[in-house]
Amino acid sequence: MISSIIFVAVLIAGGYIFAKKASFIRRNILLGREEDRSDRKTERWLTMAKVAMGQSKMNARPVAGLLHLFVYVGFVIINIEVLEIILDGIFGTHRMFHSLFGNFYFMVINFFEVLALMVIVGVSVFWIRRMIIRIPRFWSKEMKGWPKNDALFILYIEFILMSALLIMNAADQVLMAQSPEILEAAGLSKYALNLDGHFAISQFLVGLMPQDLNMLHYIERGAWWFHIVGILAFLNYLPYSKHFHIIMAFPNTFFSKLTPKTELDNLEAVTKEVEMMFDPSIDPYAAPPEGAEEVVPSRFGAKDVKDLSWKQLMDSYTCTECGRCTSVCPASLTGKALSPRKIMMDTRDRLEEVGRGIDAHGPEYEDGISLLNDYIKPEEIWACTTCNACTEACPILIDPASIIVDLRRYLVMEESQGPAELNAVYTNIENNGAPWQFAQADRLNWKDE
Amino acid sequence: MENKLVVPTMAELTAKGEAPEVLFWVGCAGSFDDRAKKITKAFVKILNKADIKFAVLGTEEACTGDPAKRAGNEFLFQMQAMMNIQVLQGYNITKVVTTCPHCFNTLKNEYSKLGGKFDVVHHTQFINELLSSGKITAEGGAFRGKKITFHDPCYLGRGNDVYEAPREVLRKIDTTLVEMARSRRNSLCCGAGGAQMFKEAEKGDKEINVERTEDVLGVKADIVATGCAFCNTMLTDGVKHFNKEDDVQVMDVAELIATAADL
Ligand code: SF4
Ligand code: SF4
Repeated sequence: MISSIIFVAVLIAGGYIFAKKASFIRRNILLGREEDRSDRKTERWLTMAKVAMGQSKMNARPVAGLLHLFVYVGFVIINIEVLEIILDGIFGTHRMFHSLFGNFYFMVINFFEVLALMVIVGVSVFWIRRMIIRIPRFWSKEMKGWPKNDALFILYIEFILMSALLIMNAADQVLMAQSPEILEAAGLSKYALNLDGHFAISQFLVGLMPQDLNMLHYIERGAWWFHIVGILAFLNYLPYSKHFHIIMAFPNTFFSKLTPKTELDNLEAVTKEVEMMFDPSIDPYAAPPEGAEEVVPSRFGAKDVKDLSWKQLMDSYTCTECGRCTSVCPASLTGKALSPRKIMMDTRDRLEEVGRGIDAHGPEYEDGISLLNDYIKPEEIWACTTCNACTEACPILIDPASIIVDLRRYLVMEESQGPAELNAVYTNIENNGAPWQFAQADRLNWKDE
Repeated sequence: MENKLVVPTMAELTAKGEAPEVLFWVGCAGSFDDRAKKITKAFVKILNKADIKFAVLGTEEACTGDPAKRAGNEFLFQMQAMMNIQVLQGYNITKVVTTCPHCFNTLKNEYSKLGGKFDVVHHTQFINELLSSGKITAEGGAFRGKKITFHDPCYLGRGNDVYEAPREVLRKIDTTLVEMARSRRNSLCCGAGGAQMFKEAEKGDKEINVERTEDVLGVKADIVATGCAFCNTMLTDGVKHFNKEDDVQVMDVAELIATAADL
């Protein structure tokens, strides 16, 4: 009884803290400007099914893809058992699904154990790739400190959670193999489930278990509590971690860009102004018609996170810092300051900072810091070739290139900054209709040369 | 030049009360850059040979605004877009072919959202159709058995998912097509996009076109084909960097076909 109360209290506390952080993040994402991603619903569902659930982009790197599949499938499916754990915890029962499914239940547990082993293998190899093989994309400059530790924590937590599951089953199967009378005598009659045989993986741990029934009971309970509290702790760790992608990958792929990769949006506010220049009959000072939406933004392009769209901000919370983007970026590969992964990490870190500022000082709070310059330097964004290798490489359809272009838009249209050669290009295009200094009248000269 | 190129302008056709099947959008590089002009002419030869009724805008054509847009100058881009859309719509253009993947992307995707909806194809797609329908034939000849690799321009491949058309063309002239490790979706940029063509590269430890040229040299191809004047420049410079001009030729798909068809 007491344990049920404690369990429910832990569950509620864990759920509450998570919900609070989730709503902080949701609020932050909605600080972004509007962008319509409500079209082509069927295609969106299919994209999510394929890319997030089906992991279709992970197999571009087969080894990592396969191991990731182990961990992903294992984690998702084993979590079905969490449902049982929660119900057992609330009602003080032991393996309540057994009474519903009989011996089929044990088959499922065996399957879970195999998955748990796969997860352990997966995270172990991941650890080796990071720490022993030292794959370069995990060791680049933006991965120092927290991002590196975060990645390792996740691997350790997963390893420990899966081990707890196996230890719990190891102790449990020794108990469950006892005759009901013996269990009854020890006051452990709820373990009397008549297990004949062994669990697939944890049987190999049985040798490590003590003989004493009470000790076994403590180990089983201890591992059980560890597992569920661990899962709740993990849930609450997620939003502070790159591991948040296990949740965010779903909405993020759903709302991903479906138009051709190199197609950029045409800024609506600019269209209005250009139309006015082309059509003198439009009165620039006329009041907008009733009900018309005001599209004039506070500024052109993006200087800070609030100038980006909510989708770009969602991208930043989804980024799993895998570095696939950076490892194929022509600028990064040739030693330029640009790294698309860093663009995403900076956007998220700055957004978190803005969110904390708003929580502490109210919605109008300005801290005098901005994404551009304080986090991302102009030399980074000017190194981009807009080749979209990063968007192609990203396993969860993040679009770093669009942020880069929005930052450039701010620099060029609001601050008239940028490489001097480009100013000459603009002048040429304006005056001669070509980026070079050739007269438009000479445009067909090639015909007779 | 053996055969004089026939290059009617829209203004001329309209004066005669005629309309073209397709408008050839030449682009700035194709109009002014010495190397790119050869590509333009090669494509015109193909159009002439296939007896395609086409026209160019000539002096009425102006930059699509692509470099301005990628650099962040949305105003300038939309000014160019509005002007060009007015010109194109003034002539009731519906179908456009272009030899520049950047113009292709802008005209096809971005102009359509500004009210200028055209059916836009890249010249590699256009040539592929001409070959398939038998309007032109190119028997290889000069290129039979030559090892060719194709460099996917970002704005054609990744940007707009055109990977097969240029490769089909290359297969039709009996070449041996070899792929670089980084190809199709994973192709490496030549370094020119995003307005980089028009500025100094940012500080780094290597030039992007050199990195890409290493891929080209790695497959030991006799020819690296591409479908973009900017890629062409970048790779040509890259090949020069390694002093390999005698071993590797950088050619546009249009030039290969024009040569193979003996035009
Ligand atoms: S689009 Fe820009 S950031 Fe992305 S891979 Fe290409 S050069 Fe790098
Ligand atoms: S943007 Fe995508 S590819 Fe790049 S680090 Fe983040 S998750 Fe990985």
